[in-house]
Amino acid sequence: MTGWVLVVLALCVVVGPFLWIFMTSFKTQIDILSGAWAFTPTLDAYADVLLSKRSDFGHAVYTSAIVATASTAIVLVIGTLAAYSLYRFAWPRWVTAGFLGWTLALHMIPVITLVGPWYLIFKELGLYDTRTALVLTHVTINLPMAVWLMMAFMRTLPPEIEEAAVVDGCSPVQAFLRVTLPLLVPGFIATGVLTFIFSWNDFAIALALTSQQNATVPVVVSKFANDYEVLHAQMAASSVLATLPALVLMFIGQRFIVQGLTMGAVK
Amino acid sequence: MIAVRRPRTLAGWINATFRHWSLLPAVILFAALTAYPAVDLARMSVSTITWQGAQDFWTFTPRRNFEALMSDPSLSAAVVNTLVFVAAAVVVEMVLGLALALLVGRMVRGKGAMRTIMIVPILVPAVAIGSMFKLMYNYDFGLFNQALAVVGLGPVSWLGSPSLALWSVVIVDIWHWTPFVFLIMFAAVEGLPQDVIEAGHVDGASPWQLLRYVTLPLLMPALTVAFLFRSILAFKAFDEVYLLTGGGPGTSSELLSLHLYRVFFEQNQLGYGALLSVLTMVAILTALALGRRVARKVRR
Repeated sequence: MTGWVLVVLALCVVVGPFLWIFMTSFKTQIDILSGAWAFTPTLDAYADVLLSKRSDFGHAVYTSAIVATASTAIVLVIGTLAAYSLYRFAWPRWVTAGFLGWTLALHMIPVITLVGPWYLIFKELGLYDTRTALVLTHVTINLPMAVWLMMAFMRTLPPEIEEAAVVDGCSPVQAFLRVTLPLLVPGFIATGVLTFIFSWNDFAIALALTSQQNATVPVVVSKFANDYEVLHAQMAASSVLATLPALVLMFIGQRFIVQGLTMGAVK
Repeated sequence: MIAVRRPRTLAGWINATFRHWSLLPAVILFAALTAYPAVDLARMSVSTITWQGAQDFWTFTPRRNFEALMSDPSLSAAVVNTLVFVAAAVVVEMVLGLALALLVGRMVRGKGAMRTIMIVPILVPAVAIGSMFKLMYNYDFGLFNQALAVVGLGPVSWLGSPSLALWSVVIVDIWHWTPFVFLIMFAAVEGLPQDVIEAGHVDGASPWQLLRYVTLPLLMPALTVAFLFRSILAFKAFDEVYLLTGGGPGTSSELLSLHLYRVFFEQNQLGYGALLSVLTMVAILTALALGRRVARKVRR
């Protein structure tokens, strides 16, 4: 019985902030400042965030969607190929250990440490404040996770299936494309959804490598929180809107995400 | 003996070199966007970089960067704050996450729903969480001060008081990441061998003894992984603290990542920032190597 009470309490703590912010986003400034619990809901804040001239939110959604989609597609292709190469073929130990060690080290260090040289390099290449720079960097930081996840999913496949395909006359590439790839669909969903969300959520890189033109959703959300500090309802509304894609994707790919998030940890 | 034939067709060549070209894109990407920048970082760390328009000019000034390191007024605060932040947040998250996983593991119904809801904080943009809590911490109308007012306590300046700001950021991190520990530990709890626990029960172990001598040792591998993941991620914390306090008031909630960002992009000291970055990387990788050795010794 006490167990149930504690679990329900934990649920309230997790869900409470979301509900409060959701409520706040429908308030007027006066209702917010008076801390009212009963009020007439209004969509003013959403209209301001999405439609007003001073807000870049609409454009940021466009930028974020393109960057996250492109990063996800590239990560899936490159990551799956690399994972397959390491999983399937007899590389010398130093190659496998070197590659995986490098991805591990990359995952450990704060991304800010790399943002300095990235900034210089992209400035020199004329890629500062472009979507290309964001896609390239987002692919880089998400690739380690993609390689590990795809390798973990590959290890769950029985090797006999591919061996049988080769015996039946498939070339190695055919065996990979026609036999292994279709079996990896759950892995693609888990890796793809997580990569998309992490790219969509990225703040540090986007803050450093973009200015006006290609600000992403998190950068614009932070502007509402810091620059126009008094627009509280807009702050709440932009947070709610920024959260939506993650929520939608989560309910679609829930089962696979849980598998992805816990896979490496438990096995 | 198998004779190695040189492939004659394009398809044959693609198949023969499959092993190589499948790994190649990832290697090229890492070389261009991590290895090369790492070399760049080393060069930057002994240089001063100035701009004339879009053109950057480098001068070799190792001493100047070192002096900047020695005289950086907020670096020690950033390091201490980061260590306190990581230790406090991770310990609380581990305890709460494990406890919750054990509680939910005993439930008959609602496990799936619980798991679904607990994923949400992990996947929400950290910036949105920062923004949410900035509103909840608001001095005049925030949820926290409203709740305090109900029990008759005065308003608290959650983000504005130097002694409280860092802890307010810790609270947000706990809210954000306890679910992650829960997910890992819940998967481990669900995978516990029931017969072993049953056997302990039959042998007359008390619930506390079961937990201490049976369940916890079995959960140790998952606990270690969760601990490592969380420590590393907490060390990288940036988004929320940037939004909530910006490191203030003063340097009371300055964290290392935030400090690095500031040195790079607000003080425009690319050279000194690079030196700090290199030191940060070396420190993390050393800590990791040491941690692995200790873990190995413990296991033996």
